[in-house]
Amino acid sequence: MPELLQFTFSGLTVGAVYALVALGFTLIYNASDVINFAQGEFVMLGGMTTVFLGLAGVPLPLAACLAIVLTVIVGLALHRFAIEPARGASAVVLIIITIGASIFLRGAAQVVFDKRFHSLPSWFGNDPIRFGGAAILPQSLVVLAGAVMIVLLLWVFIDRTLLGKAIVATAANRLAARLVGINTRRIVGLSFAISAAIGAVAGILIAPITLTSYDVGTLLALKGFAAAMLGGMGSALGAVVGGLLLGLLEAFAAGYLSSQYKDAVAFLVILAVLLAMPRGLFGRASVERV
Amino acid sequence: MRTILEHRLASIPVMTVIVLVLPLLFPSGYYYRVAALVLVFALAAIGLNLLMGLAGQVSLGHAGFMGIGAYAVAIGPAHLGVPSWLSFILGAALSALVAYLVGRPILRLKGHYLAVATLGFGLLLAIVFNNEAGLTGGPDGMPVPRLVLFAWPLRGPDTWYWITAASFLIGATLALNLIESPTGRALRAIHDSEVAARTLGVDVARKKLAIFVLSAVYASVAGSYFALLNGHITPDISGFLRSIELVAMVVLGGMGSIAGSLVGAALLVVLPQTLTVLHDYEHMVLGLIVMAVMIFLRAGIVPTVANALVRRI
Repeated sequence: MPELLQFTFSGLTVGAVYALVALGFTLIYNASDVINFAQGEFVMLGGMTTVFLGLAGVPLPLAACLAIVLTVIVGLALHRFAIEPARGASAVVLIIITIGASIFLRGAAQVVFDKRFHSLPSWFGNDPIRFGGAAILPQSLVVLAGAVMIVLLLWVFIDRTLLGKAIVATAANRLAARLVGINTRRIVGLSFAISAAIGAVAGILIAPITLTSYDVGTLLALKGFAAAMLGGMGSALGAVVGGLLLGLLEAFAAGYLSSQYKDAVAFLVILAVLLAMPRGLFGRASVERV
Repeated sequence: MRTILEHRLASIPVMTVIVLVLPLLFPSGYYYRVAALVLVFALAAIGLNLLMGLAGQVSLGHAGFMGIGAYAVAIGPAHLGVPSWLSFILGAALSALVAYLVGRPILRLKGHYLAVATLGFGLLLAIVFNNEAGLTGGPDGMPVPRLVLFAWPLRGPDTWYWITAASFLIGATLALNLIESPTGRALRAIHDSEVAARTLGVDVARKKLAIFVLSAVYASVAGSYFALLNGHITPDISGFLRSIELVAMVVLGGMGSIAGSLVGAALLVVLPQTLTVLHDYEHMVLGLIVMAVMIFLRAGIVPTVANALVRRI
């Protein structure tokens, strides 16, 4: 029983990060149909910038804020200089552009930062909290609380503000949104900014647990993408559920079966789910027009 | 002039001449090696191009099939006592079988869902290659025995250049013929609209599976060549980044353009080799070039240039 609790908590912690990455994928996809494979690089930028500003003597809370601002600027630049000029290109061309962007950002991080692994101090120390026989890192709770807060904030923003409703309208039908006077270009830019911010926060929250380096983005993008598809592309609820599920799957597979094959188990389950539900858990059915 | 240029096999003589003349410019064996690598990846890219450019089905796991081909020529002679040439053929057959078994369920998925399913498949293979150290040597990889044909060991980058060049030209000719065949037309119909294709009497599932199997065989053959050329093989051959690289080759060169696959492969094999002079800035420049090509030549390099040329004439 303590084992189960332990695995559940570590799974939820990692899953929360996957969920945030998947949420970033979903936001950008809904607004612009772009699958942004540079999403993982936002996570890397958040963590690495905080680490290096901290090393330069900036107090960590301020460093974290600056890191988020910088990542948002990178997200906006990505939209303005790479996605916007290629407007109207096919989906796979846009994917290759974002992959090019992720190679570029990884290369830049290698030059600006370095190639070593870095960590941030935990917010509330490293003494594990005993709970039902399981040892829980305080930082895990920070990650979970942070993820819950981001999801709630995002929900309030999308559901309660005019700007948020403009995002929903753009996601639902771009042409109709333009007809009612929404500047869809700016909305797409905004979705890149929000995704970048979410990614950066995830990177800052998880850095004390999993370490960060210039190349953590690739794997996170891959897992976040898988989580988003598991949940059903375009569904924010699906992204969160998919991310948490993927984290739990990995933790249980690593704990009960084999840590070497944890990714294999996770992907086998994803394959099985997709074969049973070809649009993911919460995806909308679509009709092909001929 | 136009009719010649627009003939379906027009690019074959051009590519043949390039392949024959290019070695005259090679100052050293290193150039043969890089050129052979380009041709190997071009072969894999052609296969993926048939799947993506022709049939419109995305695969983010094609490096998995390269891995099967590569490990076949490594494990066959080393552990099972099967001669290299036979392992090569058995590897291709195994890839076809795996593609057939995996393709049946997952080709029902569409678009990004297919992408994530194929991604998972490629990852599974990479994990197996990484962890079954007794058979594959684990993350460090394993040596690949030299290919011996009729008691004649194949060695030297120039030998491999001519072998891969011949294979590439054969693969390209087959692909170009397939594109203009009834099957090719059926696949293009599927690309445009599966529902419409089905209404016209195309057996959609069957055609998609057939092209998936064929593209897997292309990848497997390329993987075997890669292993034999390198003399050493690691699980990276079937990693996610390798799969992404193959997709990027197809898209950069031009989806649906066979000559484009050669150009895309050349770009992504040669660029990293030349960019090493930039040391730390290597990846930044590579990323910028990939983005710039896609933004300014969004149909891919070869189709954009070819269109511009044809309009001139």
